[in-house]
Amino acid sequence: MLLSVENLGVKIGAVQPLEGIGFALDRGEILGLVGESGSGKSLTALACMGLLGLIGGQRLGTVAFDGVVQDEAGLARLRGRKIALITQNPMTALDPVQRVGEQIAVVARLHLGTTPAAARARTLDLMTQLRIPEAAAVADSYPHQLSGGMKQRIVIAMALAGEPELIIADEPTTALDVTVQAQIVQILGQLVRQRGLGLVLITHDMGVVAQVCDRVAVLYAGRLAETREVGDLFSAPRHPYSAALIACIPREGMAPGSLTGIPGAVPSVALYPPGCRFHPRCPRADALCATTPPPQGAFACHHPLEVPHG
Amino acid sequence: MRAVLSALRTPKGGIAGLWLVLVALGAVLAPWLTSYAFDIQDLPSAYQGPSAAHWLGTDEFGRDLLTRILYGARVSLSVSGISIGVSVFAGMVLGAAAGLIGGAFDRAVTICVDLTWSFPEILIALILVAIIGPGIAGTMAAIAVAYLAQFTRLTRAQILAIKGETYVEAARSMGASNLFLLFRHLLPNALAPVLVAGMLATGDAIILEATLGFFGLGAQPPTPSWGAMMAAGSALLFKAPGIIVLPGVAVAVTVVAINLFGDALVRALDIKTRPREG
Amino acid sequence: MLDYLVRRVLLLLPVFLAVSVVIFLILHLIPGDPIDNLLKVGSGPEARAKIAAKYGLDQPLPVQYGIWLWGVLQGDLGTSIITRRPVAVMIGQVIGPSLALGGMALAISSLGGIVLGAVAASFRDRWPDQLIMGGVLLGSTLPSFWLGLLLILGFSVELGWFPVSGARGWASLVLPVATIAFGGIALVTRVTRVAMIEAASRDFVLLLHAKGLPPRRIRLAHVLRHALMPVVTILALRIGWVLGGAVTVEYVFARPGLGSLLIKSLSQHDYPVVQACLLMLAIAVMLGTLLGDITQALMDPRVRSALR
Repeated sequence: MLLSVENLGVKIGAVQPLEGIGFALDRGEILGLVGESGSGKSLTALACMGLLGLIGGQRLGTVAFDGVVQDEAGLARLRGRKIALITQNPMTALDPVQRVGEQIAVVARLHLGTTPAAARARTLDLMTQLRIPEAAAVADSYPHQLSGGMKQRIVIAMALAGEPELIIADEPTTALDVTVQAQIVQILGQLVRQRGLGLVLITHDMGVVAQVCDRVAVLYAGRLAETREVGDLFSAPRHPYSAALIACIPREGMAPGSLTGIPGAVPSVALYPPGCRFHPRCPRADALCATTPPPQGAFACHHPLEVPHG
Repeated sequence: MRAVLSALRTPKGGIAGLWLVLVALGAVLAPWLTSYAFDIQDLPSAYQGPSAAHWLGTDEFGRDLLTRILYGARVSLSVSGISIGVSVFAGMVLGAAAGLIGGAFDRAVTICVDLTWSFPEILIALILVAIIGPGIAGTMAAIAVAYLAQFTRLTRAQILAIKGETYVEAARSMGASNLFLLFRHLLPNALAPVLVAGMLATGDAIILEATLGFFGLGAQPPTPSWGAMMAAGSALLFKAPGIIVLPGVAVAVTVVAINLFGDALVRALDIKTRPREG
Repeated sequence: MLDYLVRRVLLLLPVFLAVSVVIFLILHLIPGDPIDNLLKVGSGPEARAKIAAKYGLDQPLPVQYGIWLWGVLQGDLGTSIITRRPVAVMIGQVIGPSLALGGMALAISSLGGIVLGAVAASFRDRWPDQLIMGGVLLGSTLPSFWLGLLLILGFSVELGWFPVSGARGWASLVLPVATIAFGGIALVTRVTRVAMIEAASRDFVLLLHAKGLPPRRIRLAHVLRHALMPVVTILALRIGWVLGGAVTVEYVFARPGLGSLLIKSLSQHDYPVVQACLLMLAIAVMLGTLLGDITQALMDPRVRSALR
């Protein structure tokens, strides 16, 4: 396994916004990490990168890379070299006062030990592969001179520059136009297949999940709700929350007004309810759900949905 | 009010608040706290060190230093407090008007504010005292004008920031008048940062008052103000350093206390950055 | 960039004119007639008219302004009413010591403040931060004249290391510079610390960490670089402060300087000298903002693009 995460949790001061997260990912695989805003997706990404210190958080549980359990110092050595991050908002992800080419090249110089000239060549090469036209001119631009989609490609090039084996992409398309979103998702999918990378794709877009992911982990209020192969999840969701998320995807031939939302919102950390955290919004909840947390497993629910026959 | 209480509950804020209350009480109750008069000379007992009779010693005319510091607190605190109060009020009116009306009026105010802001407060105050004439009234006017730019700037910035908020736009689109917006939404939200800035500026104003007093332009003898006491003491720096050191310590400790309390208040009110870095 | 420079300098001209009008007008609001100081007690109205005519004080205000401005543009700042010497010479005598004091104080304040602010931000809320911020609090609350007097008492009188007053030689600069720099370092430290903390919380810093850059390099090459932009703005604004705000320290150490010349001539109603001093300070402020804007443009490509 390229990345395996067991019983991962995050403590920030006295609160524990994330707990009991476990998943595994192999080379050439895409794992979707889905959930509404505030469900703990980005925290999971930071925890896997060993970056919780930046927000004053503390990691619980284990993160193993290539079968070796890593402490924070170990993760720090892997950052940029073996594990790369693509963040949510390309508008703010680049240093505004540095030329973008330099921001990519520094990764190659730092981690691959290449000469400045070779790093520059590698930068232009990567940019061309990511279908950036006139790579040399773009490399000499500052971030504010580029469009959002272009900036996100720069961020992806930055992630690839150290030849990583694992990429964690935190909502890489949220801030972009719909047409650009499709391109970026396509680029990421190709990278995984061609280079044999592992990709953790964090998103709240079930459509993107259906399109590119192999497996899906559904997060709700800092806990795992369901972890399944993508086909199984969409054909037969077991957790009511997964089913509700899937029901939110618009489909062809739907009657107008039949698209349903999920009533209510994800509770904030201080207001996590006892028992199953989804029970206040769950149509299937009963007295048991309100008091006892559901058992961990492929789906964490006291009253899972039936598998449809045929 | 709740913010003040929670600021008082932090250790730094509590000690600072306690000192400020003590100084204020000392200033108000001075005539009852000490049996000496601040202005009657007693030449035989001049230049005494601390003793049971004179806790902090006596000055060059044999006057009790503690008594003069207590009476000096009256002048220093009231002068800086009142002038900053006037300055805050005028600054809020001017800043709110500029932010709300906009256009040419706003530009004119901004230019004036930027111009005064580029000059040190002490220089503005010195020029104004030269125009108005030395004394307590001149000092107060000088301090009020010297800090006017800061409060105008801050209020205007606050008003402009809140003016752009969606809920204000919404209220405006529903036909709320400028005045209604000002009193219902803008001023209440701009108040806290400006008042905290005013509190912190009071500390600076105490120093400014002392400096003007040191130049001999503040309260005139025999009225004791902390600055005037230091001015008198500077001539005797080598002979009796206590005369200048003690009022200076009073100024420093009081201003530190105001700053600590102001910081605790900033934290309690959750104002993002200290407004005077502007 | 050159284009911008030219435009920015041309923009200073109307500001300069506006400032000169303001300075000229302020002066005529000051009560007290300078002629009173020149007349012998009991002189008649003819003597008064004669002196007024000699200094151009009998002309209407706009004419007086025109004459003054024309002179200024030719480098003639007029003649002092009190000392009867050319104002340009008097200014020339004080500008050197003023620049030496202000320049040294500004340099030490910036350097010390940026270093201390960066250290404080790196150790945020731990003991080095608390120690530095304690010093900053003291630095921004001690009256400078008082601090100056205590320094004289300690270092000149007790230890005899530095002269008590005057402006002869480098040794006489040490205590005045220290007095100003104590407050200056406090200000710059506070601004730098806040700016560093703000810059460190930006999105791109997270990504720099994710790229595996060493934390020290991130702090110095990226966070500090961003934090310096607001610091430079504040420092540029303070150039006027350093020149004029030194008046208290000049007074305490009996140093010649622009600030003390201004205050002295103000109390003597020596209009030409006051006008010239204020004009010098205004020019310093304008050059300061110009310098700040240029530095800002050099440091930030976004500012440069906005200029085009």
